[in-house]
Amino acid sequence: MLRVLGRRASTSHQWRNPVSLLQKCQFCIGVLPDGVDRQSPSFSQNSAIMNDYISELKSHVQKVLGGGGAESVRRNRSRNKLLPRERIDRLLDPGSSFLELSQLAGHELYEEPLPSAGIITGIGPVHGRLCMFVANDPTVKGGTYYPITVKKHLRAQEIAAQCKLPCIYLVDSGGAYLPKQADVFPDRDNFGRIFYNEAQMSAEGIPQIALVLGSCTAGGAYIPAMADESVMVKGNGTIFLAGPPLVKAATGEEVSAEDLGGATVHCKTSGVSDYFAQDELHGLAIGRNIIKNFHMAGKLGIVNELQNIIPEFKEPVYDVKELRSIAPADHKQSFDIRSVIARIVDGSEFDEFKKLYGTTLVTGFARIFGQPVGIIGNNGILFNESALKGAHFIEICTQRNIPLVFLQNITGFMVGSRSEANGIAKSGAKMVMAVSCAKVPKITIIVGGSFGAGNYAMCGRAYSPNFMFLWPNARISVMGGAQAAGVLSQIERGNKKKQGIQWPKDEEEAFKAKVVEAYEKEGSSYYSTARLWDDGIIDPADTRKIIGLCISATTTNHAPEDTKYGVFRM
Amino acid sequence: MASLLRRRLPRRIFIVQKKAFSSSPDEGYTARRIEKILIANRGEIACRIIRTAKRLGIRTVAVFSDADRDSLHVKSADEAVHIGPPPARLSYLSAQSIIDAAVHTGAQAIHPGYGFLSESAAFAQLCEDEGLTFIGPPASAIRDMGDKSASKRIMGAAGVPLVPGYHGNEQDIDFMKSEGEKIGYPVLIKPTHGGGGKGMRIVQSPSEFVEAFLGAQREAAASFGINTILLEKYITKPRHIEVQIFGDKFGNVLHLNERDCSVQRRHQKIIEEAPAPNIVNDFRTHLGQAAVSAAKAVGYHNAGTVEFIVDTISGQFYFMEMNTRLQVEHPVTEMIVGQDLVEWQIRVANGEPLPMNQSQVPLLGHAFEARIYAENVSKGFLPATGILHHYRPVPVSSTVRVETGVEQGDTVSMHYDPMIAKLVVWGENRAAALVKMKDCLSKFQVAGLPTNINFLQKLANHWAFENGKVETHFIEHFKDDLFVDPSNLLLANEAYDAAKFSAVLIAACVCEKERCNLKESPPGGKSSLSIWYAYPPFRVHHSARRTMELDWDNEYDSSSSKLLTFSITFQPDGNYLIETGEENSPDWEVKVAHLGNSDFRVEVDGVSRDVSLAVYSKDQTKHFHIWHGSHHHTFRQRVGLQLSADDEAQHKPSFEATSHPPGTVVAPMAGLVVKVLVKDGTNVEEGQPILVLEAMKMEHVVKAPSGGHVHGLQVTAGQQVSDGSFLFSVQDESK
Repeated sequence: MLRVLGRRASTSHQWRNPVSLLQKCQFCIGVLPDGVDRQSPSFSQNSAIMNDYISELKSHVQKVLGGGGAESVRRNRSRNKLLPRERIDRLLDPGSSFLELSQLAGHELYEEPLPSAGIITGIGPVHGRLCMFVANDPTVKGGTYYPITVKKHLRAQEIAAQCKLPCIYLVDSGGAYLPKQADVFPDRDNFGRIFYNEAQMSAEGIPQIALVLGSCTAGGAYIPAMADESVMVKGNGTIFLAGPPLVKAATGEEVSAEDLGGATVHCKTSGVSDYFAQDELHGLAIGRNIIKNFHMAGKLGIVNELQNIIPEFKEPVYDVKELRSIAPADHKQSFDIRSVIARIVDGSEFDEFKKLYGTTLVTGFARIFGQPVGIIGNNGILFNESALKGAHFIEICTQRNIPLVFLQNITGFMVGSRSEANGIAKSGAKMVMAVSCAKVPKITIIVGGSFGAGNYAMCGRAYSPNFMFLWPNARISVMGGAQAAGVLSQIERGNKKKQGIQWPKDEEEAFKAKVVEAYEKEGSSYYSTARLWDDGIIDPADTRKIIGLCISATTTNHAPEDTKYGVFRM
Repeated sequence: MASLLRRRLPRRIFIVQKKAFSSSPDEGYTARRIEKILIANRGEIACRIIRTAKRLGIRTVAVFSDADRDSLHVKSADEAVHIGPPPARLSYLSAQSIIDAAVHTGAQAIHPGYGFLSESAAFAQLCEDEGLTFIGPPASAIRDMGDKSASKRIMGAAGVPLVPGYHGNEQDIDFMKSEGEKIGYPVLIKPTHGGGGKGMRIVQSPSEFVEAFLGAQREAAASFGINTILLEKYITKPRHIEVQIFGDKFGNVLHLNERDCSVQRRHQKIIEEAPAPNIVNDFRTHLGQAAVSAAKAVGYHNAGTVEFIVDTISGQFYFMEMNTRLQVEHPVTEMIVGQDLVEWQIRVANGEPLPMNQSQVPLLGHAFEARIYAENVSKGFLPATGILHHYRPVPVSSTVRVETGVEQGDTVSMHYDPMIAKLVVWGENRAAALVKMKDCLSKFQVAGLPTNINFLQKLANHWAFENGKVETHFIEHFKDDLFVDPSNLLLANEAYDAAKFSAVLIAACVCEKERCNLKESPPGGKSSLSIWYAYPPFRVHHSARRTMELDWDNEYDSSSSKLLTFSITFQPDGNYLIETGEENSPDWEVKVAHLGNSDFRVEVDGVSRDVSLAVYSKDQTKHFHIWHGSHHHTFRQRVGLQLSADDEAQHKPSFEATSHPPGTVVAPMAGLVVKVLVKDGTNVEEGQPILVLEAMKMEHVVKAPSGGHVHGLQVTAGQQVSDGSFLFSVQDESK
């Protein structure tokens, strides 16, 4: 640093030199300092642990990318069918990105593996228009809907509705997974909700398109039937309420699948489908054409022009890959959230708001890929001041339509008599109120712990952030395992004392260990992502990219909304 | 053109040329000098003449038919006059319209180019009658030489050696047949008028005589209006050597050395060179003297070519014919003598004497001309039509000339000659010139229609051609080397590997081009949508991949069209990892830089090379052409488009919709039905001629593919048919 400073002092023409200009910028107001000591043992230790996490993560992902396994993939190919991700690749604009969601949904959730929950969802552009893709994976249990499959489908629709993204359903599914029908069929957020959502979105003018690339049986038949436009592929695509076996059982009629509900029947006679495709590639090409013809005149475009976007943005000054070395190996250790912010925002420029007040919450303005954002990050326990500061900052951002990015690493609100007396619950409530009501796009990234009410105030899943992702090291639970074990063992000891039983020390330790173990398991990022408590586990190095894509997805089609708050307890 | 010649020529020649016309005496010149020329032609030769005229300060008038309204020759001329509809007989052969155009625009002279009216004595006479200078020989010489029988009589009288044959007026078919037998088979049948091999037939045995004779008569009548035929001994291993002669109006005639035009297909030249390889100076002198005597015998002036047939076995040469015009291949002569023959033509027409005498005529180095045609080599060199979607000839230099009349985006129509360009190269000697020609051919880029460029490359690379062992049956003789034999597995595999590598380069270049396009103008403009198009395309926890299918067009074997599938992985460093998924097939890591337009620099396995890529869409198919090193490959890619309502209703896969049941005969190309030889329902033998199609001024007999009854024969004489359209089918009812 001294060296650089020295050069700065000695060169009077530095402005002409872009290199020295860049170096100078590092000392501009707003450019965050590096904040990372690359020589420290903790740096290398953190990297080593994170790299283990990432390689574990990638090996899990590699497995689910293979779908239902080599044999079913081969069978799929023999029918001239592509895998769902390949289908999406063919629909996307060439050379464009695809933000896949919840790749590891269903991970170790059922006795049998269910790669990616048997359905691929994600966002990408087609003819310059962002779309939500929902693609059944026929190689995974015939594309049938497990409870988690339904949940993932509904989550994709939820995002689409929030962001007003046209939905493209690539249908190739045997319908509900019958053995688990009780968890698939009856409840509000079960199978039927898919069609309800289609109807609601269509009513809102969000296009619903179905490409029938495989079977589409029973309830599934309503996916294309409810769609605005649908395409059927000759030979592979079928739509019927009851398949040939059921028809035979019910009426005795013997009929082939193609004659019962093939593309010919539905495009020529029944009118259930609108476009006839010779084969899958033709069908996908028709799909692209349909999207090309979404005009939605007057609904879009204006939004984009109103956005205050800088197309020529700067990359962060520091290497985004160093995000893999920031999260401490030991969860108890803290780290400065600014070192994360410095690696995700344009030019590492962060204009901090209320820097000296409520310092355990870092708030400030920045840009990500030219898009303005308000960032709220944790630098320790939330105190009264931090919570008030957070509520204040959220109010500013909602006033100005600035999307919010929450960087969660929170063990919770401060406890204790002094804190309670100061009204920590009241302050926390203010922040929770602000978070709940804020109508700007909200993106939550859990970069460390997410415990207790801190999860609420920092826009946890219950607060409907538009997107929520975890770093592999993330932990989510109502409190830490050790704390929970402590609380539970105290209660247990109290109960035993009432009954006059002496609790031996080793039994108590075993009891605690069990609690800690359960919290360890249930608090892990995989446990969360398998159950769709989030939208996916991400490589820390992708954080900037993913936040950028998410903000773009939330703002391109969606006009800003006014925020109305409830009653703040003063 | 002249500046080009000057740059190329050693100083010595330049001086010769300068001295040439400036030291000539002024007296004897006609009072009126040509200041404005009308060019009664089109295409490259019109452009060629305009170029020289411009250099001489002579204004130019082009004429054009409806088909040529936007052609290069029209744009190049100072003025252009519309003379009629596309068919040549209504426009470029319409003598009166052309004369009217000349009178109307005040041109003093007409340059006929080659083809069309260039060898019409009547036209030359008409010009003279209208007081216009015809830039060419006197009408009388055209008449004498135009009638092949008459010309041979005159040549015989002048002591020029002649091929044994019958050149009489008696045209009775039986008499002719007996004459043929007198000469001895094989016998050549050809029309007495015209040239360019039109109407010519080789007859191996008496049984073929009648059909060939009638066909030649018909074609001659259609092309030249006169159907008299002559017979000649057919020389089995001949060379075609011709001599460029030039005469002035003072009776001086000299020759500008010879050209060898032996390499021919369909009796039309495709590679010409000057001087002729493997001949001794004595022979050259004899040939030249014979040519000069031939010209003098008809009182010739201006440019002309005396064609000889050289029997390579006996070493004898015989007079064949004299072309009373500037030849297509005149540039090779220009290159070796350092003169502009069009300039000579104009000056001679002005009444100036020849600029040099015979002893001053130089012979410098060696020149080749390769004619680039739109044609289907694999379909027997049938002329092709289409749009020049991509057209980039090689850059011209002091030693490389490209004579062309088309530009990118132009159409090669069925109305005229399908020649796209002439590539002319010069070198210190034959070997040096050949090296240059090979290089130029490999860099000559045409996409949109089939061409003979690959074939020309094969010719140029053939050992026998390299050794100058040329003869008129060269292509027939070495057809095994020049055409791919699909049963040769070793070669087929080699060709496949080369094609595969080209496809890999295409895949990488296409991705890179898209990337550049996205970078320059990202969809969504200034909105945040552009993030979605940043390189590399983002995927969560894996690299983005793309699959590309390319259908390889094997030019010589359409049956072996092969689908190549590639997976392209976008690497973070900007490279592309390309895999074929075939066993034992390597993966390629490709680095591409887009240099602009269709040019790329591609690095694979540590070797970096220039690559050109042309892409265009036609018939729901995307076509890719790639050039790198000496390779040129073409590929197709299906574009998933809506099919017609018929196809959907019939539920036929797209490929079935275009196929025909066995026994079906479709038009091999677009053309005019000139004659239908049998009635619908007739029982025919296999190979029996059914109808005659004329296209590109050539006749094509369409024969029965098998024995049986003819069905669905609805076409009639005079009807236009399009390429691939149904003509008839032959069904064998006995089965």
